[in-house]
Amino acid sequence: MTPLLTVSGLTKTYGAHTGCRDVGFELFPGEVLGIVGESGSGKTTLLRCLSAQLAPTSGTVAYDMRGLGPTDIWSLSEPERRMLTRTDWGIVHQSARDGLRMEVSAGANIGERLMAVGSRHYGNIRTEAEGWLTRVEIEAGRIDDLPTTFSGGMQQRLQIARNLVTGPRLVFMDEPTGGLDVSVQARLLDLMRGLVRQMGLSAVIVTHDLAVVRLLADRIMVMKDGRVVEAGLTDQVLDDPRHAYTQLLVSSVLQV
Amino acid sequence: MIVVENVSKSFTLHNQGGIVLPVMAGASLVVTAGQCVGLAGASGAGKSTLMRMIWGNYRTDSGHILVGGTDMACAEPRQIIALRRTTLGHVSQFLRVVPRVPALDVVAEPLLTQGIAPVEARARAAALLTRLNIPERLWSLSPTTFSGGEQQRVNIARGFVHPWPALLLDEPTASLDAANREVVLTLIEEAKARGAAILGIFHDEAARARVCDHLVDVAQFAVAA
Repeated sequence: MTPLLTVSGLTKTYGAHTGCRDVGFELFPGEVLGIVGESGSGKTTLLRCLSAQLAPTSGTVAYDMRGLGPTDIWSLSEPERRMLTRTDWGIVHQSARDGLRMEVSAGANIGERLMAVGSRHYGNIRTEAEGWLTRVEIEAGRIDDLPTTFSGGMQQRLQIARNLVTGPRLVFMDEPTGGLDVSVQARLLDLMRGLVRQMGLSAVIVTHDLAVVRLLADRIMVMKDGRVVEAGLTDQVLDDPRHAYTQLLVSSVLQV
Repeated sequence: MIVVENVSKSFTLHNQGGIVLPVMAGASLVVTAGQCVGLAGASGAGKSTLMRMIWGNYRTDSGHILVGGTDMACAEPRQIIALRRTTLGHVSQFLRVVPRVPALDVVAEPLLTQGIAPVEARARAAALLTRLNIPERLWSLSPTTFSGGEQQRVNIARGFVHPWPALLLDEPTASLDAANREVVLTLIEEAKARGAAILGIFHDEAARARVCDHLVDVAQFAVAA
């Protein structure tokens, strides 16, 4: 089986400061990888380099492109890379305001991605958008409302619908449940697990919440000061942590 | 089906002065198809540690743990995930679930991840919940609100919903009443009859005597601290 994503030697520096250093891993189809670590550990920098939002200083991110095979995303032209991120990839931002267009309706937010891949029939786009709103548990009747009238949890679900409508194979998520209260978080986790299973999605999820990765991720990488200090099967790393930092992280979780 | 060969394990506690605690050395056992082997030994002897190494959530320092031909001691995460999906089942002592997911779906989930149609998966889950005396009115509720015994039965249903060829049971009868204990023991006997290799921890001596073909005392593998 060909890995969907092959990352090697990925490094991003900001002048003398390190964002992330020498990160390498493979992600296979259908796998969910969690990236954990405290604030400032480089997880978001890494995610932005992986998802073509930020050019790395060195290293490669090879994606198994349809018809082309593994291709370094930074060797693609700007339009090719933009097309990839709009069709075969999804990017769910921590703040829905970065991932949604707040000045157009919920339906238009979903329809826009479909139009980017060539859909032109208004009726079909609207039907598809309604279908996706229902799938992410937003009433179809809210289709013409602006996202600004939605709650935080609804905005996050709309962002997910907007990303999944084109049937991507790989989704990047930055703290998808951050800032939501726990009952809303649970609903979102349940939804994401179901979608990953039904669509056979691969995902890279950045979070500082160990409970979230335990429920969503097959494998995790633990980051500290820009480097991956420990990686492996999720329950193995969390139940039998080897690195001093991971042990500290796991033992610092508050029990409810 | 399950072969443990000369396995050792120690824990290093970096945040407590880097103490190294060797806990196990030279652990070996074999469970063949259709057999149930019980792990015996006092609390703290390493029964759960050994079982976790076989399940793969504890790492193995040296030796081999073969489950259906895959060596858990050095397998890649995706090999372990694939093995757990189809070959190796596990009933832990505690149920860990996504809040809000109905009990019926919690039980059906292992089948859904194998790509079995939701209707069939739920029907099989329902049959097991019925056998384990979980009233139908609870099926649509999240087990997070259930009593300890009910949660344990949901956990057991999840562990028996697919005919895993290898099965790990961590005190499956611990918090059950007599009637439900009987159901669980019958489920274990049925699994053995279809050829499952079962490794279990049973504190309940009568249960142990009834289902286990032989016992392995883990105290012999313990490393004196």
